Amino acid sequence: MTVNNTAPITPELIASHGINDEEYQRILELTEREPSFTELGIWSAMWNEHCSYKSSKKWLKTLPTDGPRVVYGPGENAGVVDIGDDDVVVFKMESHNHPSFIEPYQGAATGVGGILRDVFTMGARPIAAMNALRFGEPDHPKTRHLVSGVVSGVGGYGNSFGVPTVGGEVNFHPRYNGNILVNAFAAGLAKRDAIYVSKAEGVGLPVVYLGAKTGRDGVGGATMASAEFDDSIEEKRPTVQVGDPFTEKCLLEACLELMASGAVIAIQDMGAAGLTCSAVEMGARGDLGIRLNLDDVPVREENMTAYEMMLSESQERMLMVLRPEKEEQAKQIFTKWGLDFAVVGVTTDDLRFSIHHQGEEVANLPIKKLGDEAPEYDRPWIEPGTHSPQEPHLFAPPHDYNAALIKLLGSPDLSSRRWVWEQYDTWIQGNSLQLPGGDAGVVRVEGHDTKALAFSSDVTPRYVEADPYQGGKQAVAECYRNLIATGAEPLAATDNLNFGNPEKPEIMGQLVAAVRGIGEACEALSMPIVSGNVSLYNETNGEAILPTPTIGGVGLIEDHARMARIDTADTGDVVFLIGTEATHLANSLYQREILFEESGPAPEVDLLMERARGDFVLAAIRSEYASACHDISDGGLAIALAEMCMASGEGMRCEIEVTYPHSALFGEDQARYLVAVDEQWADMFAANCEGSGVSFAKIGTVGGDRLIINDLIDISVEDMTTTHESWFPAFMGETALAAAAE
Amino acid sequence: MIAAITKISGHAPTLAWHTDTALPDSELVIIPGGFSHGDYLRAGAIAARAPVMKAVAQAAENGVRILGVCNGFQTLTESGLLPGALMRNAGLTFVCKEVKLQIANNQNPFTQLYQEGEIIRCPVAHHDGNYFADAKTLERIEGEGQVAFRYAEGSNPNGSLNDIAGIFNARGNVLGMMPHPENLVEPAHSGIDGKRLFQGALDLLEVEPA
Repeated sequence: MTVNNTAPITPELIASHGINDEEYQRILELTEREPSFTELGIWSAMWNEHCSYKSSKKWLKTLPTDGPRVVYGPGENAGVVDIGDDDVVVFKMESHNHPSFIEPYQGAATGVGGILRDVFTMGARPIAAMNALRFGEPDHPKTRHLVSGVVSGVGGYGNSFGVPTVGGEVNFHPRYNGNILVNAFAAGLAKRDAIYVSKAEGVGLPVVYLGAKTGRDGVGGATMASAEFDDSIEEKRPTVQVGDPFTEKCLLEACLELMASGAVIAIQDMGAAGLTCSAVEMGARGDLGIRLNLDDVPVREENMTAYEMMLSESQERMLMVLRPEKEEQAKQIFTKWGLDFAVVGVTTDDLRFSIHHQGEEVANLPIKKLGDEAPEYDRPWIEPGTHSPQEPHLFAPPHDYNAALIKLLGSPDLSSRRWVWEQYDTWIQGNSLQLPGGDAGVVRVEGHDTKALAFSSDVTPRYVEADPYQGGKQAVAECYRNLIATGAEPLAATDNLNFGNPEKPEIMGQLVAAVRGIGEACEALSMPIVSGNVSLYNETNGEAILPTPTIGGVGLIEDHARMARIDTADTGDVVFLIGTEATHLANSLYQREILFEESGPAPEVDLLMERARGDFVLAAIRSEYASACHDISDGGLAIALAEMCMASGEGMRCEIEVTYPHSALFGEDQARYLVAVDEQWADMFAANCEGSGVSFAKIGTVGGDRLIINDLIDISVEDMTTTHESWFPAFMGETALAAAAE
Repeated sequence: MIAAITKISGHAPTLAWHTDTALPDSELVIIPGGFSHGDYLRAGAIAARAPVMKAVAQAAENGVRILGVCNGFQTLTESGLLPGALMRNAGLTFVCKEVKLQIANNQNPFTQLYQEGEIIRCPVAHHDGNYFADAKTLERIEGEGQVAFRYAEGSNPNGSLNDIAGIFNARGNVLGMMPHPENLVEPAHSGIDGKRLFQGALDLLEVEPA
């Protein structure tokens, strides 16, 4: 696109920038004249949904964001949480949904790159990554292509950059057929007193461009991400950025070296809306104007216009304000790492965002208004409908419990994700203590003898669809349980809210209710939201995705010698159920996979019960009572037992008191765990449960090579493992490929 | 790798920059893993032409022990210090998993603390680890005992010829291997099978083998 800066501002041009009439009137008032073409692009970039959160801001403000350990909450590049000894963990989750659907490899790769940059922009060295992926139904013609591209893109970037991917989620549902979700999480470590933020300070200081050169890739990406898809999607391919993980790795090292040299006053990565967003952010936060000269911006394509340079989303770029006396030293550091370094502007005291290109001023806008005056909508919403509870007897029992368990273990949503995580480097950096396949990934804190961090990403979209409020609570509760199950104290969380078109009151209603649920759960479980991202307009031809508010949680393990794992149950251990008999089969995977239905209410989440049982299990793990632990979620008790058996290679013999066998085995009631306890501690553990008022049942012992539950289930661990491990490779055609390679 | 060496030997290794033209006096030079130059041309191809590799070649000639792990192995084959080549994995995807390694030759400082034929655990994590050499070269390195490690018990993750996971040069002072022994050197890694490789390479023989 080469449009002259004097191009006439027509209603069509305004509409194509995603700006409505009312917003344009406001832009006219704030600009105090008709905007130039470049200025229109800048307004559009700052005011689109992706950058301005204009539909969600009102509701995001209701989330708990504070806590004794929170150093920086939402508003910075990533959240910062204290983990003691002057160390902080810096983390965030962000979506790259639309680009990944258009161009799966690059979309996913640059999603990983973007979130890593958010973390190291704050001065933290990335130590762990996760990915929450949602694809369409397995049989949809695009699904394999998307899975293959996204997984190799995630691996291609993260592996090359050198960060271990220690967890994540992969789910399939027809409602993602036209709009997949790629939510990337990254966490890093820093010292508490060495955190960097975007607020610039001081007039007349150099604004420095660092990293890779600017190209035309990604021009208008953030605006694209703020609109629904339709059949013209293939035309949007040029809006996807291209990643270069090696440059990012060099950028990481150069930035950390530069920060250690004391040269950095403010830093902001160029993510969505690139140079525009980063420069406005730095200036507006610091009550300063910014003057940029685009002739000094390193470019890799010829004849780029000011508009293109301001809106390019080329990757691996940073903007900084540096101490002038350190400029030469800074330049040497960047040259050493083979990166571009250019002074492209200066901070001013006039609060204007002034852009010069080829001897002409192409934009001059009020910098504070660009961000602060972004529209904030109280969009109409309707309270989601509710379902009446459904008793177990309303659901048919299976004809054959063994067959039902096998079917579930080999189903798309419950089968092993080994095919995925074996494409991610999980060991790099040498600190990974728990890999994907357990409840949460665990990474040791480098330089500390005992400390480790646990990471988990969770949401059950079918629950959120059925009941956004309960589903929102459940996402947080499951994340909390997964952290607890490793022996980690949940510290805080990041939220990645993926919804459809917020201009539809029923979609807005989902968002409002889910945020209410998330907020209540975060409050009750002491997991403040410290960072996050909102992705709206996830619709194709008018059909919305399942509402998917992904929660990425971080927990602290004070002593990793006393953590718990899913795979360490040993012969003779006594298996305890923490919680009671399940009765909830509505919207369970049993209902979907065995009864071919998805309906009814989501399971209730009792937050007080979650907290009480979580506290109890955490204390038990820390007291070294638990030889293994696993949370009970998708698929219910029978699946959780099977997963423990498969992970440890041990059988179990269980006797369970049941009223309705099918709901007891497959019901998805919340706030439940399995704990394996060495026989010698079993009585004491039971006494502790009683003493703490925690519901429990002694349900079996570990041993043999079969999972046996009452007279209902009797299957060998080997058969379960074969079924569990085969679905994904078979789905991706691995067997055919392996045969061809022979 | 730096952390593993520091923990095993008790002191931190000296780092060399890719543009250096000389190496400090050392008993062991390690080229670690890690997508040098993004693997954009071929894995290790650009690194093999870095100025520092001339100094590495000189050190090899002087008999200094050289270890290349993963991308380091690729760099050593690309620079001609080791025979053969590492092609894209047979499955065409990156593969990160634990494999079994059999010690094919323990008559060498690097493998001296293992038993010949011993099978150890070791992680792999690579996209281009499919070892290939022409028939003549393969016959030579097999005949001369230059195969250091083989993937064992059907765990070949990448299609390597003869299950080759690591090889020595003819003189025996240069070892290249795709697996990552440095990620299995302490109990927190769930095992220490990789530790003896570094103890052997550094002649830390008084340390009791695990």
